[in-house]
Amino acid sequence: MTISDKLLPALLLCLLPFGAGAESPVEKALGIAQEADRRDSGFGSYSNDVKMILKNKQGRESVREIRSKTLEVADDGDKSLVIFDQPRDVAGTALLSFTHREGPDDQWLYLPALKRVKRIASDNKSGPFMGSEFAYEDIASQEVEKYTYKYLRDETLDGLDVFVFERYPQDEKSGYTRQVIWLDKEHYKERKIEYYDRKQALLKTLTFADYQQFRDSFWRAQDMHMVNHQTGKSTRLLQTNYDFAADLDDRDFDKNSLKRAR
Amino acid sequence: MKRLLCALACLLHTPGAHAEWRGYVSAELLGFQEAPRDARQHDAYASLAFEPEYFREWNRRDDLFTFKPYFLVDSHDDNRTHADIRELSWIHVARDWETNIGISKVYWGVTEAVHLVDIINQTDLVVNEDGEDKLGQPMAKLTLIRDYGVVDLFVLPGFRERTFPDIEGRPRFGIPVNDDVLYESGAEELHTDFAVRWSHSIGEFDIGVAHFAGTAREPRFVVLPADFTPPSTIAKVTPLYEIINQTSLDLQAIFGGWLLKLEAIVRSGQGKRVRAVAGGYEYTFVGVNDSQIDIGIITEYLYDSRSDDINLGAALAGQPFSTSPFQNDLVLGARFTLNDAASSELLASMIVDLDGGGQSYNLEASRRFGDSWKLSLEARGVMNIPANNVLSGFEDDNRFRLELARYF
Repeated sequence: MTISDKLLPALLLCLLPFGAGAESPVEKALGIAQEADRRDSGFGSYSNDVKMILKNKQGRESVREIRSKTLEVADDGDKSLVIFDQPRDVAGTALLSFTHREGPDDQWLYLPALKRVKRIASDNKSGPFMGSEFAYEDIASQEVEKYTYKYLRDETLDGLDVFVFERYPQDEKSGYTRQVIWLDKEHYKERKIEYYDRKQALLKTLTFADYQQFRDSFWRAQDMHMVNHQTGKSTRLLQTNYDFAADLDDRDFDKNSLKRAR
Repeated sequence: MKRLLCALACLLHTPGAHAEWRGYVSAELLGFQEAPRDARQHDAYASLAFEPEYFREWNRRDDLFTFKPYFLVDSHDDNRTHADIRELSWIHVARDWETNIGISKVYWGVTEAVHLVDIINQTDLVVNEDGEDKLGQPMAKLTLIRDYGVVDLFVLPGFRERTFPDIEGRPRFGIPVNDDVLYESGAEELHTDFAVRWSHSIGEFDIGVAHFAGTAREPRFVVLPADFTPPSTIAKVTPLYEIINQTSLDLQAIFGGWLLKLEAIVRSGQGKRVRAVAGGYEYTFVGVNDSQIDIGIITEYLYDSRSDDINLGAALAGQPFSTSPFQNDLVLGARFTLNDAASSELLASMIVDLDGGGQSYNLEASRRFGDSWKLSLEARGVMNIPANNVLSGFEDDNRFRLELARYF
């Protein structure tokens, strides 16, 4: 960030009293996203277990189990390491991701049978994660800078006061033109997201349930349900065993740690 | 020794540690389109493989023990029927270093068609002729994690001979490989080898530079007086394992959907200095036609200073020879990743000899059934191979391989 970037908002703030006084929908939604980000920063690191239940149109289920570790990086996107446990033929496969606020993310995949670490293109953001209805970009760390925003309205959802706003992915490789977010006003937790595909049609709806608070600050949904309206498939993502005291550091997120992931 | 075993037992029974068994059992059918060139070979082969893996983590995952044996039983090929310890190792992790002591496997390299740089482990060629299966290698490895990259130091006590098909085995060279081998070093398979590698990730680049000093994993061959029937019928060839020095470079860079790859080696100790290079790209089209399917286009160029022809006269005169089919070749391939719940994949590739030395094709497909079954199909073969070419023995060995594996 250059000095002028930093000065610009300050200058804009100085000008505010002379303007209409009201925030524009763009500023308001950006402010909400920044506040949500601020409330979730400072967690340091955590680990958790993930179970994905994939359901096809006929209702047949298959199960994925992974273990996940996340490290907060100051002034950049998070680092994450996920290790696959189920299905068994990919057990031990591990994915290391460094997300960045600007520019493409870095990703390495470890294949245990060959003991090979493969650099993979992060272009596949829109691709399905493990055959599920979650795309890579849905589960990657959500950086404020990766979207532009527009506030829509206030609403009540399931008895909660919520903000409703849109965000537009800045990455041209994204599978979406826009997402509509329902965020509760009390804790700034995501309650619902609608995803619109590149043809502007409603593609998926994600709902969040079973929120739990960790270290008196950080809210995590333990039950996320993604429904694909175009294919009739759905994926339920259950996250359990959160450990915010895991005390992980950079060494848990390097290529050596990837090679001994089990 | 007793104390060591006791210490090991204590380590393995630390309370609070995590331990697990996993692995697979598989049945494979290998079939050939044409009758064998050698009447001692067969039209079809069936085999069973079993690879369980036990691992245990303790000390907050700073210590890791792995035991992975491997068993293979083949219907005809006695050399293919074998057992191996793929891994029996203890890894210890510290702040800026790691050790790995025992039998283990290490992979170096980036390219798809050939694996020039990968040298620590011996190829278990009888499992699959793609050369991607490796025998367990005894090693003591020290990894230093520094700001300037990662340095791996290897001491490799003991050498494993490459496995080759038996007389009944298929596919194989037109001439069977002798089970008795020759070594340059008086220490034979007990020679201690050394290797060092520096690797680093800098932005879009992953780079590795390595040096290996020790017994060649890839032997040259020699025809001993006992190996041929005069005047010119060679009954078998004998592998010759010489002491080599090999310096290598592997480089990978990523720019959007482009993955650029380069491997290069220089090797001395096997007659004329060997130079080989493999380089190219894989470009991935993500979500083709608004589907979930990714298609990767692979192009690689292969150069090897060794000839792809066998000099029969020199071989008969008892001179060691080495060949590479990839003297001046182009690899063209396409990888289809369906991204479906069954993880369906297909890789089709072709290697074209640019000097008119024929072509080879390779097709690999796999998908999962249910939660724990996986079906794989391979089809491989060669075409238009000239008479003296190293691949000429494989011309009647075009084949398919069907494997069904149950994972646990």
